[in-house]
Formats: sequence, structure tokens, C-alpha cells
Amino acid sequence: MPSVASKQYSDDVSLLVLLLDTNPLFWSNTSITFSQFLSHVLAFLNAVLGLNQLNQVVVIATGYSSCDYIYDSSLTSNHGNFESRGTGMPPLFASLLKKLEDFVTKDEELSREEGHEDRTPSCLLSGSLSMALCYIQRVFRSGHLHPQPRILCLQGSPDGPEQYVAVMNSIFSAQRLMVPIDSCYIGVQNSAFLQQASYITGGVHHTPKQLDGLFQYLTTIFATDLHSRGFVQLPKPIGVDFRASCFCHKKTIDMGYICSVCLSIFCEHHKKCSTCGSVFGQSKLDEASSVSDKKRKAPHT
Amino acid sequence: MAGEQVEKRVKYKSSVKDPGTPGFLRIKEGMLLFVPNDPKSDSKLKVQTQNITQKFTKEGSNKPPWLNLTIKQLLGRSHIFEFENYPDMHACRDFITALGKSDEEPKKAAVLTSTEQLSIKELEIRFKLLRENSELQRLHKQFVESKVLTEDEFWATRKKLLGKDSIRKSKQQLGLKSMMVSGIKPSTDGRTNRVTFNLTPEIIFQIFAEKPAVRQAFINYVPSKMTEKDFWTKYFRAEYLYSTKNTAVAAAEAAEDEELAVFLKPDEILARETRQKIRRVDPTLDMEADEGDDYSHLMDHGIQRDGTMDVVEPQNDQFKRSLLQDLNRHAAVVLEGRSIDVDSEDTRIVAEALTRVKQVSKGDGETTKDANQERLERMSRVAGMEDLQAPQNFPLAPLSIKDPRDYFESQQGNVVNVPGVAKGLKRNVHEAYGLLKESIVEIRATGLSDPLIKPEVSFEVFSSLTRTISTAKNIIGKNPRECFLDRLPKSTKDEVLHHWTSIQELPRHFWSSYPITTPYLHTKVGKLKDAMSNTYSKLDAMKESVQSDLRHQVSLLVRPMQQALDAAFQHYEADLQRRTAKSSGGERPNGYV
Repeated sequence: MPSVASKQYSDDVSLLVLLLDTNPLFWSNTSITFSQFLSHVLAFLNAVLGLNQLNQVVVIATGYSSCDYIYDSSLTSNHGNFESRGTGMPPLFASLLKKLEDFVTKDEELSREEGHEDRTPSCLLSGSLSMALCYIQRVFRSGHLHPQPRILCLQGSPDGPEQYVAVMNSIFSAQRLMVPIDSCYIGVQNSAFLQQASYITGGVHHTPKQLDGLFQYLTTIFATDLHSRGFVQLPKPIGVDFRASCFCHKKTIDMGYICSVCLSIFCEHHKKCSTCGSVFGQSKLDEASSVSDKKRKAPHT
Repeated sequence: MAGEQVEKRVKYKSSVKDPGTPGFLRIKEGMLLFVPNDPKSDSKLKVQTQNITQKFTKEGSNKPPWLNLTIKQLLGRSHIFEFENYPDMHACRDFITALGKSDEEPKKAAVLTSTEQLSIKELEIRFKLLRENSELQRLHKQFVESKVLTEDEFWATRKKLLGKDSIRKSKQQLGLKSMMVSGIKPSTDGRTNRVTFNLTPEIIFQIFAEKPAVRQAFINYVPSKMTEKDFWTKYFRAEYLYSTKNTAVAAAEAAEDEELAVFLKPDEILARETRQKIRRVDPTLDMEADEGDDYSHLMDHGIQRDGTMDVVEPQNDQFKRSLLQDLNRHAAVVLEGRSIDVDSEDTRIVAEALTRVKQVSKGDGETTKDANQERLERMSRVAGMEDLQAPQNFPLAPLSIKDPRDYFESQQGNVVNVPGVAKGLKRNVHEAYGLLKESIVEIRATGLSDPLIKPEVSFEVFSSLTRTISTAKNIIGKNPRECFLDRLPKSTKDEVLHHWTSIQELPRHFWSSYPITTPYLHTKVGKLKDAMSNTYSKLDAMKESVQSDLRHQVSLLVRPMQQALDAAFQHYEADLQRRTAKSSGGERPNGYV
């Protein structure tokens, strides 16, 4: 006889893991302020939790030098003893904001310790993706009845090409686990990582044009659970930017050299692969020209 | 030889025991005709001499002059003609053989001529392929008939398609049935005491493969001592005796009839073979291989075929056979597979072929001296004691443990570190963090913004999203799985697909002709280039003719095809230039185009 819990379990129970971009370098010069952005996001989270009693939400903050879990709706300690400060926040999110503040402080300290500031002003996407996937893997192992997980990446910072390898690894793990990665990019340039992530894992990628309508975008596109996506039309991007970054200089390249053993990408010809150490032979173009010269010479003699 | 005929008075017997119907045997030209004297009897026979194999009784033996004709198509039914005297029989026999030979010669001539050109069979395969695959036919028509490619070139790349049938025939061998020979149950009719066994060539092959003693006996006894039918009768009598488990009766009958005894005794040849095999097994590797593995002598504690226990007197021991023995032998033979390919009906030929194969394999296995030497070496190698051996100095490859930090640091990339900018950036970061924290404090104080979102903004967002989705639908299609090609009109779609296949075919021949070393290749390349430019212009025309809303997609489809053709053209031009430069610049040797 099925238990009450399983009876309540319908197809559209979802676990949403939200990767929130808290890169200060990005937020210091945007059209939308961080507080406005947060209010859109928090309302969206509330809406997702309201769609189904069994829905779960996990928020991971993607900082400049670190990432951390900020909020988990399945924990009961959320409604702890928080004095309601003023009229503002519903107690549900008070803990989230508190944790977020602590996280930002910690992140600042870490970035101060780091020293070299020669990175691109990107957020640590690879770290938060890995944390999300670990959480999801734990959920998978918790038993038969679990919500369908998906990852939503809310990002505005540009891609950091030095994270290319780690991000691609996370994307392929997500593909393996059949976890779609949705991405909402609110930055200026295009993010190739997010496009590829959504394309490969079967998620939705969208770049909202109007940032003050962010809540509308979020609820229209990203609130749909996996089951409903079978019969709901979501906006699809026309093309995907599949460019990779080379392993030697971290530049984004269109054409390059690939090691046939480990598939590492290089922008210029190397004698040896730096990842796996295999030695490359002479390139075929040089060989072919020498052979054809030899052939031409033969009838002369 | 043809045109003559031989006519003799004979008695026709359908089997040895048959008394025989008297009649006339007429052989002429290619036909053999038997007409019985009595018009009412129905043993008339009319056969072509090509299909006859004949056996005859020897003159010196006491048997009457018989000519035994087996007709191939009728599955080994033998027709025995009893002649009045030996010379008659010899005449008939010679005549038939002569006819047989003359039939063979024209066949040989035909074979010689057909090997020079394509065999009809291959042509048939080609036609069949063309008929079945309309795409292939279209390609063939376009290229071969317009003389762009020759037949041979067209089929050269398709050897896999052509050779499929022949390969299938030669590579896959028919295996043996796993049903055991001893499982053949005879049919009995309840009324009389007769038991009928049905023998097919398949069964005969299996019996010969499993029991070499029977095979040897066959070669020895038939047809000198007894006819084939007698032989099989005796064999099945022995089988019957086994199945009745009456060893006393078996012993008695064996004592009477020496030929029967051959079938009843354990198989000597087999025993010899297994003993040899066991000798060759290396006991150091396989500790279990010993006398107990001689399965031909295995008596499984008296358990019979149907599971009952039986006590047997020791002198009749050899007349018993156990299920294990049968199973093991049968399994060994089935796993070996068909060792010969003889498809003959003649049991004697089968038996002889099998014996030959066994002899050959025995001969191979009898390089005992070398085998022994090898075994001794192997044993000494395996049994060597490490601490008593000389130290082996293998050349060492030095370990290269790289500093892992190198790898991680290389991930950071080489970026120039400008100190001034860095300081500025640091300050900037600090400020940014401050701003961020302020925002968080602010929202904690004020709560969610109210209203969260303005209705006009929301409406705008909705409409833009709807627009995006509907335009995407028009471009990509309603169903994400729907292929763009299906939206094209059928003729265009076919044309596109056909061009695609021709773009795969032509450049393949084009690129394989480079570098050009003979005038033949030169003309071939020229023809291919013309065909390719033809295709190119057709693609252009198609792009223009398509409807406007599909035009973009079609041009996207066509673009890679045209790019491939462009690459080929480029190469052709470059090569031509190089040649003209070379021929005008350097000396011109003989024979070089």
C-alpha cells in the first residue's frame, strides 16, 4: 500500500538549486541594484515554493573567491529565533539574508588574502556548480522518492577562461546525472559557458533584456518544472557559442590544435601536450609537401 | 561418342533384396532409359547421365553382375541393374563414364572464358543492388552513363556491397547439430517386430565424425565385405543392443559376428587419440590433467543413460557405454565444427575425407620432439626459483613526478602583472564589497520592494517573450524534433539529398586522383571537375528557386556542400598553376604530362 508521502508525490515536484552571482565587481556597475535584484529573486523563490508543497529550494552564493550554501528550504532551522527587524522581511528569508551577509564578509576577507588581482572579474562558477552537483548527488542517494533536481544559474559576471576545464567537467557530470542547467544571464557580454551548459544538459538559456522585469522572466521561463517542460514552449536561443578557450593562454579560440590523447586544446603548435605529456609528431602538412616533391622528381631521373 | 547408344537386357532392382523386374536398359546421348518388359509395372526410369554416379560389382567376386546407379537429385536412391553377363555390364559402365567425361569438357571451357571478364554472377549482384537502391541507381545513371566515371571506378569504392554475398557464403560455416546421434529414435510400427532407422547424409557425417572406429570399419568393409546398407543395418543393430542394456546378449552377438563386434567394442581409434592428447597436455600447468581425463574410458560408476544403476559382470564390461562418454564425445565433435567441406552423397567419399583430415591433424601434432623440447623449456622457466637466478638489470626509466603546482598554476594563465593597476583594482574591490553589504542591509531593513514589478513592464516582458517564441517556432519548427528538410517541397528535398550524395561521391574520386602522375588521372580529374561545377551551378539554381521564407535555411544547408566543392576547385586551380609553372620553367622530360 503506497504511503501518504508517495501519494502526494506527483510528477512536478522539483528541487531548484539556485546559483546566485554575488561578484562585487559586477554589482558595482549595473543598471539594477543588488537589493532590487534580491527582491526579485526572493519573490521568485517564494513562488517556486508555493507551486508545490514538496518543492525544495537550495541557494548557493557564487562569490569572487569562494562559494557557499546560503539557504536550504528543507532544513527546519530556518524559522529559528530571528527577531523580525521592522516590517521588512518575511522570516523565511531572514536567515538567507543573514547568511548572505556573512558570506560576503568572508569572501571579502579571502579576496584580500589572495594577493594577485590579475584575474578577469569573473565569479567562481565552477565552484558553485560543483557544490550544486554534490548536493544533488546526495539527494539522489537518499531514496526512491526525491524531487526532480535542476540547477538555475543567475549570473551577470563574464566568463573566466581559466575555469573552462572545471566548468566543462561540471557540465558533463550534470549531463550524466541528467540534471538540466538553466541559465539566466543578466550581464552585458555573452556568456559562452552558460550557453554551452544549457545546450548540453538540455536546460533553458535566456538573456533578459529588461532587468526591471526580471521577476516576470524568472516566473515565466525558469519556474516550469521538468515534467511540464514536455508540453510548454520555452524560448530557445537561435545559436550556441561553442568556442573553447585554449589551455595555454586561456584565450577563447575558434580554431586550434587538439591533442588526440586527452583532447586538450591549444592555440598554437606545441611539441608536447602539457596535460598528458604525449609527444606530437610532425604535422601532416609538412609531410605531404615533402612527399609530393619526391614524387615529382622520380620521372625526371 | 554421342549418338551411339547401348541397349541391354537387364533386370531392374530397386534394392538388393528385390527380385528384379526384367526389362531393357537403353543408354544414348545423355539419357538413360529403362523400360520394363511388363508394360503394367511402373518401374520405368528415365534419367540424364550427368547426374549418375555408379558402383558396380567386381567380376571376380561371386556376386552377379550388378551396376548400381545413384542419381544425385533423388537423394541417394540406388537403382541396381542386373545384367546377364559381365561384359554387358562393363560396356554399359564404360559408356556412362564416357558420357560423363564429355559433359565435363564443355563446362571447363566455359569456366575459362568467364574468368577473364566479370562473372555473370557478379553482374547479377550489381544489377540487383542497383534495382534495390534507387539512390545508387540515380548516382550510377548520372555518373557512369554520362561517362564521368567508369563502371570499375564506381564499384571500386563499393566493394563491400558487392562482396557481401560471396563473403557470407565462404565465411560462415554451417555448424553441427547439437542433438546427439544416439538420440535418433527409430520408428517402430507396433504390429511387426521391425524397427526402422532413417539415415540422412547429415547423420552419416556426424556418426563418422564422432566414431572413428565406425568410419574405419566402413572404409574397410564397404563395398568389399558388405554393402552400405548391410553396414548400416549392423551398426544400428549394435545401437539397438546398447539401448536395450542387455550386455549378455551383446556379448553373445559380438562373439558371433565379428563385424558387429566392431561396433560394440569401445572405440580404439578414439582411445588412442585421447591418450596422445593427454600426453601433450602440460601437467605442470594443468594439475588436473591426468588419466582421469581420458573420458573414453570413463565409467561413471555404473549410472546408465536413464539414470538407473546397473551391475555388470566384468567380462562384459567393454560392451557398455555410458552417457558421459557419449556426451563428451559429441560435445567435442560439435565444437570442432565441420572439418571438411565435402558435400557428397557418397558415404565412402565422406569417410575417406574425414580420415584424411584426421591423419593430417595427427601428423601436425606429431612433432613430438619439438613439442617435448618446448615443454621442457617452459617447465624450467616456470619452475625457476627467483633467488637462485642471476640479478636482472632492467634498464630503468626515471620517474618524472612533476610538481603539481605547475599544472594548477598553468591554469591561471600568463597575464602581465602591472602593480599600479593592481592596487587600483584592489581598492575597487574593497569598495565593491562595501556596496554589496550595504545593499543586503538595506533589503533586510526595507524588505521586498513594493510593488515588486510594474504592470507595464510585466506586460512588455510577456509580449517580447511571446514574439521570441513564435519567431523561433517559424524558424526552427513547431516540434523540436521536426527536421527542416520535411518542410521543403518533396522535389526540392529529393534534389538536396541527391546533391548531397553526389557531393560525397565526386570529391572522393577527385581527391583520390591526386597527386596526378598519369595522363589517365589527368583526364579523370578534368571530367570530375566539370561534373562538380555542374553540380555547383545546380545548387545555385536551387537556392534561387526556393520560396523566400525557406531560402535562408536552404542556403544554410547548401553552404557546406558548396564549401567542399570550392575547396576542390581551389586545389585544382592551384595544382594547374603549379604544373604550368613547372612545365614552362623547368625542362620537359619525356612522357611527363
